[in-house]
Amino acid sequence: MTLVLDVPDWPGHLPGQHVDVRLTAPDGYTATRSYSVSAPARGDHVELTVQRVPDGEVSSFLADGLAVGDAVRLRGPVGGWFVWRAAQPEPVLLVAGGSGVVPLMSMLRARTEQDPDASPPFRLVYSVREPDDVIYRDELVALAALPSGAGVRLHLVHTRRAPDGDVRPAGRLREDDLVAPGWEAADAPTCYVCGPTGFVESAADLLVGLGHAAEHIRTERFGPSGP
Amino acid sequence: MDFVTRGFQGRPRGRDDRLPPGQYLTADFPVLSAGPTPGVDHDDWELWVATEDGTRHTWSWAELMELPSDTVTVDIHCVTSWSKLDTEWRGVSLDTVLADVETAADFALVHSYGGYTTNLPLEDLLDGQAWVAFEFDGDDLRPEHGGPARLLVPHLYFWKSAKWVRGIELLLEDSPGFWEQLGYHDYGDPWREQRYQGD
Amino acid sequence: MTTPDWDGNLMAGPLSELFALDVTAAVVRCRGCGSATEVATLRVYGPDPGLVGRCPGCDDVLLRVVRTPDAVWLDLGGVTSLRVPAELPGPSA
Repeated sequence: MTLVLDVPDWPGHLPGQHVDVRLTAPDGYTATRSYSVSAPARGDHVELTVQRVPDGEVSSFLADGLAVGDAVRLRGPVGGWFVWRAAQPEPVLLVAGGSGVVPLMSMLRARTEQDPDASPPFRLVYSVREPDDVIYRDELVALAALPSGAGVRLHLVHTRRAPDGDVRPAGRLREDDLVAPGWEAADAPTCYVCGPTGFVESAADLLVGLGHAAEHIRTERFGPSGP
Repeated sequence: MDFVTRGFQGRPRGRDDRLPPGQYLTADFPVLSAGPTPGVDHDDWELWVATEDGTRHTWSWAELMELPSDTVTVDIHCVTSWSKLDTEWRGVSLDTVLADVETAADFALVHSYGGYTTNLPLEDLLDGQAWVAFEFDGDDLRPEHGGPARLLVPHLYFWKSAKWVRGIELLLEDSPGFWEQLGYHDYGDPWREQRYQGD
Repeated sequence: MTTPDWDGNLMAGPLSELFALDVTAAVVRCRGCGSATEVATLRVYGPDPGLVGRCPGCDDVLLRVVRTPDAVWLDLGGVTSLRVPAELPGPSA
C-alpha cells in the first residue's frame, strides 16, 4: 500500500531515510512505527510504502482507518547511514528481502530521476517468497528493460515458489544470486542490504564471503513484523 | 499529550473489570527482550540471595527443586499494555526462599543471567506475592519466557518479574534497576498505572 | 545465541529528538571490548519498553533510549566515546 503524506515545509530527504509515524488514541495511548520513504520527495509530498502486518495495529489503521485529509504525527526524515547520496560515484548493489525493498526502491527511483547516463550502475537482488510478493513489479521490470546505458539490472530470488519456467529453482539466497546481476567484489560496489534480521545477516555473510569489504556493506534490519 | 489521530483507538482496552486501566487483553504470550536469551543449564544454574551485611545464601537447581512449590493461577500485566488472564505457573514462593535469611533490608534488587536488573520493595516479595517460577502452563518454562526460572510478581507490571533470575540483593536503600534507571516507575502498580517515574 | 529484530537504524528517530546531527552514522567505542562501530550497526532490542543497543562484538549494552510521554531518557554508559560526523551533506530534495 502506498501512502502519500502532505507535509508542510518538508525539508527533503535522502534515499534510504525513514520516518516515524505516531498515532495517538483519545485516552493517550500511542503507537509509533518506522516506515521507509519509498520515493524522492515531490515538493511537500512524502511517499511511504506500508505493508500490512497481520494483527498490526498501526499498519491496519493506516490501511483501513486513515482517510484522505486526516493528520498523523510524523518525525523525520531520520537516518543518515543507510542512505545513498547522488554524489557517490561507485556502482551499487541493492539486496532486498521482502518489504526491505522499500528504501532500496527510493534509491533506485532517485537514480532514475537524475541523468541515468551520468549515474553509476545499479543492480538489485530481490528475494521474495513467491511471485505475488513482488512489490513495484511493473516499475522494476520497466527499469530493467531500459537500454543498458540506463544501468539497472534486476535478479529475482524466490524462496518458496518460483514462477513456472524460471531457470532458478525456489530456494534461499545463495552466493551465485549475488553474483548473477554482474558485480564482483573487485568492482567495489557499495552494497545496501535490507530485510528481516535473518535475511540481512545471511546476505551480509555471503557478501563478505565473496570478498566484499565489510565497510562497503550497509545493512538495515526490519523486525519480524516488517516496516 | 500529542494531538489525537482521528479514528485511532489502538487495540480495544479496559472492557474487562480484571483489566487495569490502559491495558488490552491478549491470548498470546508476547516476548519482550532487552538482550540475547542466556542459555543456562540446570547444572550451572544457581540462585543467590545477598543481604546488606554481605551474607550470601545459594541454592543449586537440585536444592530449589527440593523446596515445596506452589501452582498458582494469576493475571499478568505488561507495561507495554497487554494483559493475560488466568496464567498458570509453578514455582517456589519467595517466603520459602527467604525464610532463613536474616535481614533488616527494605528493598530488593533482582539480578538476572544476562545482566538485567529490577528493583522492588522487599515486602512485595513476601506474603504469598512472589515466586521463583520454573513451569508455565504445565511445562518447563521456555528460555524466551525466562527459563530455567524467572521471578513472578504478578501484582506489579511484568518487567518486575525478571526473566532468567539468578540473584536477589537485599538493600537498605532503593537502587533502580535496568528500566527504572531510564524513566520507568520504581514500584509499577498496574492498577494505579504507574508506568513511568512521576506516575 | 538469539539475534534481535532490529539494528541501530531504528534509533535514528528517538535520537533525533536529542541530537542536532544524525547519530546513526556516529561511531561509538564499546567500554567492554574496545571495538568501534557505527550506531546503525548495533544489535537493537525493542522498541518496547525501550530501545537497547548492544555491541555487535561482545553484546554489552552500549546505549539505551526510552521515550516516556513527557521525556526522552538516554543512557550512554556503555560507550567510552561517540564520534559524530559533523559535515554531513544536507538532504537533497
